[in-house]
Amino acid sequence: MTGNRLIPHPLMTIALIILWLLLNNSFAFGHILLGAFLGIAIPWFTNRFWPERPRICKRRLFFRFFFGTFLYDVIVANLNVVRLILQPDIGKLQPKFIRIPLDTDDPLVISILANVISMTPGTVSTEITEDKKTLIVHGLNVPDEQAAIAEIKSRYEATLKEIFTC
Amino acid sequence: MIVVEILVSIFLICGGFFALAGSIGLFRLRDFFTRLHGPTKATTLGVGCLAIASAIYFTFHKEGISLHEVLITLFLFITAPVSAHFLAKAARHQRLHEDKDQPGA
Repeated sequence: MTGNRLIPHPLMTIALIILWLLLNNSFAFGHILLGAFLGIAIPWFTNRFWPERPRICKRRLFFRFFFGTFLYDVIVANLNVVRLILQPDIGKLQPKFIRIPLDTDDPLVISILANVISMTPGTVSTEITEDKKTLIVHGLNVPDEQAAIAEIKSRYEATLKEIFTC
Repeated sequence: MIVVEILVSIFLICGGFFALAGSIGLFRLRDFFTRLHGPTKATTLGVGCLAIASAIYFTFHKEGISLHEVLITLFLFITAPVSAHFLAKAARHQRLHEDKDQPGA
């Protein structure tokens, strides 16, 4: 997916058109036209903010990750957190900061990883160290630190890295 | 039509339950960082369920499909982790995680 001067960010253009149609809740021709106009104009004016295009290399894996693994994890982990919150003895929780060493230096992968970690309940990404090598994550209930690190690394980081690096 | 009503009710109850659980979490948990988990997490599924219920209801009761509820969920999924991250980062810089003596503070 390479852009040209007219449409510098094809994916953003498509996303903006869909966003516009959803906002108006209508798929009338006029709205499609206006959406297309906005979808082309906004990337023009904001082009300087996005010097490089994010590259989704493994598109299949991208969809399988966000609509499969991620969605499933959000639901399961939500139920988990509810169970933890409502348990009678709340003192049994073992909240802890865990440090996750990062294997990638791509800012896009790191930020998506941090967001995914925050969205899956039970963990919030709190800080990234200045050298961008370690992500500090707060876990609501971490009985086994090594297992938690290993799971995040294998389940999310490896997959995201595969999706966004060619 | 009765099927739709039941479906909408189920989603509304689920959404309400998760939102309530998130609020209870906010009340019961002890320190800042664990409290961050309650509202940012349990509420995502809560609001998600409510949005689905709304989409189903308006799709069947007004003419045409109604999909802009999807956007609420989308924006929530984009903004919730960012604000949680900033809150947590600010709290770490205030060194809230270091005074363990006053968990209620």
